[in-house]
Amino acid sequence: MNATGAEKIVYEPDESSLKQEVARLTLELEKARAELARTKDELKKFKQDPEHTFRDSLLLEVDKLTVSFNGFKALDNLSVYVNKDELHAIIGPNGAGKSTLLDAICGRTRPESGSILFKDRDLTKLKEHQIVRIGVGRKFQTPSIYEELTVFENLETSYPEKRDVLGSLFWKRKEDIIEKIRNIATLIFLEDKLNQKAGTLSHGQKQWLEIGMLLLQEHELLLLDEPVAGMSQSEREKTAQLLKDICRNRSVIVIEHDMNFVENIADRVTVLHQGKWLSEGSMEHVKNDPNVIEVYVGH
Amino acid sequence: METRWRKNSVNLLILSGILLVVFPLAFDDFRLNMVGKYLTFAFVAVGLVLCWGRTGILSLGQGIFFGLGGYFMAMFLKLESSGVELPDFMGWNSVDVMPWFWVPFHSLAFTIFMIIVFPAGCAFLLGWAMFRNRVGGVYFAIVTLSLASILSILIIGQQGYTGGINGITNFSTLEGWNLSSPHARLILYYINAVLLILIVYGSEFVNSSRLGRLLIAIRDKEDRVMFSGYNVPIFKAFTFAVASGLAAIGGAMFTLQVGLISPSFVSITASIEMVIFATVGGRYSVLGAVYGTLLVSFSKSFLSESFPELWTYFIAALFIFVVMLFPSGLAGVFEKFRWPGFLSGHGAMKKKAEEVS
Repeated sequence: MNATGAEKIVYEPDESSLKQEVARLTLELEKARAELARTKDELKKFKQDPEHTFRDSLLLEVDKLTVSFNGFKALDNLSVYVNKDELHAIIGPNGAGKSTLLDAICGRTRPESGSILFKDRDLTKLKEHQIVRIGVGRKFQTPSIYEELTVFENLETSYPEKRDVLGSLFWKRKEDIIEKIRNIATLIFLEDKLNQKAGTLSHGQKQWLEIGMLLLQEHELLLLDEPVAGMSQSEREKTAQLLKDICRNRSVIVIEHDMNFVENIADRVTVLHQGKWLSEGSMEHVKNDPNVIEVYVGH
Repeated sequence: METRWRKNSVNLLILSGILLVVFPLAFDDFRLNMVGKYLTFAFVAVGLVLCWGRTGILSLGQGIFFGLGGYFMAMFLKLESSGVELPDFMGWNSVDVMPWFWVPFHSLAFTIFMIIVFPAGCAFLLGWAMFRNRVGGVYFAIVTLSLASILSILIIGQQGYTGGINGITNFSTLEGWNLSSPHARLILYYINAVLLILIVYGSEFVNSSRLGRLLIAIRDKEDRVMFSGYNVPIFKAFTFAVASGLAAIGGAMFTLQVGLISPSFVSITASIEMVIFATVGGRYSVLGAVYGTLLVSFSKSFLSESFPELWTYFIAALFIFVVMLFPSGLAGVFEKFRWPGFLSGHGAMKKKAEEVS
């Protein structure tokens, strides 16, 4: 698409970009339908109990969380909350405990004390796969994909259906699922690589594939660990667009070092320093906080 | 997808032809019985392909489960041949009362039930307990290795209950059917071969299912599978249990065809030999494992007849040679040079080939 002048738009028909657009719109439509259903639901709840809506706007509540490794406190009495549909960025210098926080939320690390409430359930008491099933997805820092499987098979194994042993043994591919997978593949720029082994993809393509795998699972809360690290400039731009698509209609916690990136996408920013809460607010607010300046710039 | 399955069917038919037609025609009774014995090890090798090659769980203690199956079968046969008396070795070791755990093995149904359920059940519990606590990889290999050692020492130590180092032998009938007659041996060979073919078919079915792809996914990136909402420890324990169940069936068939079971088939040496079978044949390929078992066993009996003292050096050299030069074993070599698709599409050689190109 190319805009020349104020009202005249020259449209260059290009098959692959059209396909891209269709895939995006299809996903959009699906999301809109889900959103409509959810809104109707909420409206009903609101009519019954107006208090409910207020309580509902909070999705994740990390309360007085302490995580220690052999006495070293990686997180120290940390409290953070995430609202519904909010994109929350966590920043801080190396060793601030950012990744530890994500690990604790998704069940990889067990905290010493404190609680993590997600939709009224304490995540510290659930196993990793149970946390995923109630709606928390995790994207790792290095691309985590299955190198020996094809792109299609990578996406297919991520499809949230029949996640037990016997169910998966007798699972059959259905047309609508294949269609969904193709659609996602188009969205992540991998539609013509469906039958290629994932191990042969480039670094950026692997990142997209993992994002695609998460997209299929439709989580309510996504944890993203440095999603644009190690990417070329053009890959970075495409990824930023993808992330914006992912992040709509769900809550996201993102760790990122690229401050421009954070400033562009984040609704709210929390700054950590040595496992402790340092500052919170808009990027503008955080940038001007003297505590933050001291930590980042030093004396 | 379709062509892969068709190619596999052709390969499976070739295997069936070799086992059911060629071998019985080519060998006399004695040699055929020997092939039958080798094929019982192939059960273990196929299991190792599933749990080691596919899922990445290396067990160095499959002899445990082979032995359990073999001993359960032998207990039944021994009780039958002893009639109302106690088994002979118990008398020699002044055990005067039938031990309680021997009593139910008077029943063939119970024996078969135990062969199929007990080893697999033990493997599931063991695997689950370990995988749940994130014990895996080389630690799992060491634990299974030690368990194999413990079990063989236990069997040797408890002579009065197990027959000790000599194992259990001197039995000849199954529900009155004479096992040592040539006719019975031929039938046993066929039962064994058909069971093995069914298991190979079954494994190919698993490999072509979503479960098969998940197992590879677990091998490649366990965390990603876990954080896609799968209960990974259960999947791994399940695979280990299936592999161990197969080993136990192999063990039972071994006892039936060879007429004895002894602690040497439980020991570390036996367990590691089974891993070598799978490695040489190709640990990613079910069919490769069967051929590998046959090949190594044949050369073992040939070489150990001619050069008894050199055999162990030879097998060690073969193992090192294969691991260093052909990590996907014979199947990998075959796949690369002759017939792509032999590994049903998931071999390491294939990946290498693609990386190079």
